[in-house]
Order: sequence, then structure tokens, then C-alpha cells
Amino acid sequence: MTRIALFGGIYNNYLALEAALADARRRGVDAVHCLGDMGAFGPHPDRVFPLLRDHGVLCIQGNYDNSVGNGLGDCQCGYTDPRDNYFARISYSYTFKNTSAVNRDWLRDLPAQRRLLLGRYRVLLCHGSPRRTNEFLWESATSSAFLNYLCDTHQIDVICTTHTGIKWHRPLDNDRHFINVGVLGRPENDGTTNVWYAILSAEPNLTVEFVPVHYDFQRLAAEMREEKLPEEFVETIETGWWTTCLEILPGKERRRGRM
Amino acid sequence: MNLPLVNLTHLDDLWFQVGGTLCNLTCHHCFISCSPHNRSFGFLDLETVRRYLDESVELGVKEYYFTGGEPFLNRDMPAILDLTLKYGPATVLTNGTVLKPEWLTRLRDAERESRYSLEFRVSIDGYTAEVNDAVRGAGTFERILRGIELLVAFGFLPIITVTRVDDDADDAKLYAAFVRLLKEHGYARPRIKILPSLRIGAEATRRRGYSDGERVTGQMLDGYDQNLLVCSHARMITDRGVYVCPILIESPEAKLGATLVESLREFAIDKPACYTCWQYGAICSNVAVEAQG
Repeated sequence: MTRIALFGGIYNNYLALEAALADARRRGVDAVHCLGDMGAFGPHPDRVFPLLRDHGVLCIQGNYDNSVGNGLGDCQCGYTDPRDNYFARISYSYTFKNTSAVNRDWLRDLPAQRRLLLGRYRVLLCHGSPRRTNEFLWESATSSAFLNYLCDTHQIDVICTTHTGIKWHRPLDNDRHFINVGVLGRPENDGTTNVWYAILSAEPNLTVEFVPVHYDFQRLAAEMREEKLPEEFVETIETGWWTTCLEILPGKERRRGRM
Repeated sequence: MNLPLVNLTHLDDLWFQVGGTLCNLTCHHCFISCSPHNRSFGFLDLETVRRYLDESVELGVKEYYFTGGEPFLNRDMPAILDLTLKYGPATVLTNGTVLKPEWLTRLRDAERESRYSLEFRVSIDGYTAEVNDAVRGAGTFERILRGIELLVAFGFLPIITVTRVDDDADDAKLYAAFVRLLKEHGYARPRIKILPSLRIGAEATRRRGYSDGERVTGQMLDGYDQNLLVCSHARMITDRGVYVCPILIESPEAKLGATLVESLREFAIDKPACYTCWQYGAICSNVAVEAQG
């Protein structure tokens, strides 16, 4: 296996998922992986699962999936800003209520991590970090020394994560790599409406390509309004700027946004 | 007796007591009683910091924090932050009253050139001069706000750190009032962190210290997520050696060695202030520990 597609953070955005799967198929990959967080934010959670199954997407469990699958009280994002908490609660209770029992069981049983060999590279797929599902590793708040330590500890050449919602790639010592593959669920706070996934190739050296996914965001926005989801969420889909869950962003990432 | 022992799982956060215990203010709630006259801990110079930064790379440290006293009384501070941004993300805790535009110009440029964030945490303890100045000193409310305005003008998004100075402080009300205040002063998207007070040092006199019953026991750690505790993932460099955390530098048992490697051992959190850490978790980090994961 030398070429795979990876994404995470679907956040109920089945329209972006459809578009990403079609795009990955067109480009030709050996496998498609999802790094978790199927639910949150968007409309109609149950529309995501048939797509994942029908396309043979290999999934691992995110913190949201763990919460929904195990019937926990919240999404385990742990915000302290009251405004962030307010919106996180709306998002979670909508997703939980609209995810069928069968799909919740499926989420509960997903593995937390997956290891694979891509060419000569030992790859670890996880949601937040190799040591904690809900750890946020931001580009501007994570030293290379720490990422090298993670590779050493887990005896791995490539670490792939999602969770933060913003893609990034950093080459490390000895041809090792850290990659956040981005999310399909919402734009990454840059004022554009597209979302992102990643293609990793080892032919034989590792290359990382971030692929923009353009999808029918206006239809998604209309469906969110029909479902009476908060206008703040819809605004993010329509403008590409995050309006909620901002407190966790480090300074550099926060400054790139508008809110 | 079953001691409440906490292991260092990994050294994520490296703290520097870069300002010693010297401060231009004499806050009545300071847990290490910093003042213009307290020289029990001294400044760390650039070369000392460089030595520890080099050692920290081998240990896989994730981010760096700088505190005091007031760090910016140390004339090496801009150079220290500039250097640190070559190693990893840096956060500096300041009272915001001594910042100079020329330093901020240098630091803004250093952060632009770095892949890492430079965070400022500015302490203010009330949304009115009356409340804040009673704790931090006459006239400080206005001076702190000028400091925040200056940081914002230079494009930084300081984390405004507020200590609950009243037992009955309502966090939601406090938060909303600070958002209003900061917006009035040109900080359009304020970041706010509300902290419990630590009832040691000057604060033990201002209000009350810890009662005998307020101690962490071994049983209290059964089933407790030790990731919530700063001592499970941090150490503090001072001019007198490496301590377990930023809070306990006046506790002799909290000194764990002369080098970082010596300090990577377990610690019994049976000191009075450990009780507050155990209650609230991660009070020293930039975001709530749950949000860090």
C-alpha cells in the first residue's frame, strides 16, 4: 500500500463526505481512512454512516463518537467559556438525539487507533494525539521536540490526527512526520467555504497533499436552518469563519480568524 | 500512611521563574508574596535559560512558560522570549504595567518569524478599579488596562487572567463583566481565564489559609485523573534549582534537584496549596485542562 486518503471531523456534513469520497476515488487511492468525530454541528447525523460503510472507509473513534456511542453527557471537548459551552451542548444534544441506536453501537465499538505500513513508513492513525483522544495539538502550540518524542515513544514514522479542525504538516527528524489531516465538517476559519482532506503517498518518499473539497454548502446551510440548528453554525458554513468554540485556539491560529 | 504520590507522566510544560520574586507591585493575594523588596529568588539570565532549553529538547518538552515576580523587570526578557520561540511555544505571565513598545515590536517580529505562538497572560483581579486596586494596589487598574491596550495594538490577543478574589464570586457574571470592560478598551475578542486563589503567601493573611482538613490524601487520588495536576506534566526552573511546580517554590520539599533530569520523579501532593490544584485542576495552563485533553 502506497497511497491513502485521510479525513476526520465529519460533523454530520454528509454532503462534504460524499464529495470527498468521490474526489478520492477519482484520484485513485489504496484505502480511505476516517480519524473520527462523525457527529456534531451539522444536520442529519444518520446520513453519514451509510456512506462510510458503502465506501469501505476504515474508521477510528473520536471523542464525539466515544461520547455518543457510550451515551455520555457531553462531547468531552471541555470548554470553559460559557458561550462555547452553550453551543457545544446544543450541538451534542441534537446529534445524540438523531443518531440511531444501531449507529451509536457502531460508534462505541470503533477502535481508538490504527497502525499501518505505507511504503516503508510506519503510520499511526489517531484522533487527537497518540496518547489522548481529545488532546489538541495545534501547529503553533506544539514543539517539534514533543512530536519527535511521540514518534520515539510510539515507534512510529508518521502520526496522523484530526480533532483541532485545522490541517498542518511538519516534517520531523529522521524523515518522520506529523500530520493533521483537517476536517470535512466545517471550513477551517480562513474565510473560504471549502473543507479539506489529505492524500499521503509513499512512492517511495512520503508526500502529503491537502485537497480542498468543494461541496454544496448552500444546501447544507438550508438543511441546518430547517433543523433549527443555531444560526452561528450556519454562518460558519456560509462564510468560512468560526463563530464558536474559539477559546481553545492558540494566539496565532486565533488571529487568522475573524471572530 | 497512604501518600498522595503523583508521577510525572511526561514533561510537557517547562516553567521558568525568570523574574524571581521581584515585582513592581505588592499584590495582597500573591501566593509567593512578591514585591519590590523580595529577593528570595533571583532573575534567570539568558544563558541559564538557553542551557535549560537545550536540555529540554532531549526530554521532548512541548511548551514553555515564564513567570515571576514580574518577568519584564528582567532586562533579558525580550531576548529570552525571542530565543524560546526558536524552540517552541512560549507564554509569559505579566502584570502588564511595565511593558514597553520597543520590546513589543521585537517580540511581535520574533513571533512572526517563529512557527510558534507567543502568549501574554495579563493579571487583573476586578472589572472595577475599586475591586482590583484593593488587591493589586492603587492605580493599577488603569495601568493594567493601558498594558492590555498596548498588547492589542501590537496585534497580540492577551489571555486576561482573573483571580476569584471573593469567596462568592459568580464566574458567569465575572466573565460577562470582563468581556464588556475589555471590549470598551478596544479588545474586540477577549480571551479570559478565571482562577481560584491560592491561600498561601500573602493571600493567607488577606483572607485565610488552609485548614488542617484541606489536604490531599492518597485515597483522594483513587480514580482521580492525575493529568489534571500540573505536577504530572510540568516542572519549574528557578535560580535555586528545579521545583515541582510554579506554586510551591517556597516549600523546601518541592525542590526536586539541580537539573531537569533529577527533577523527573514522583512528588507527594500533601502541601496545603495542592488542595486547590486537586480541586480545580490545571490552574497554571493557558486553557482548561479538559480542553487540553
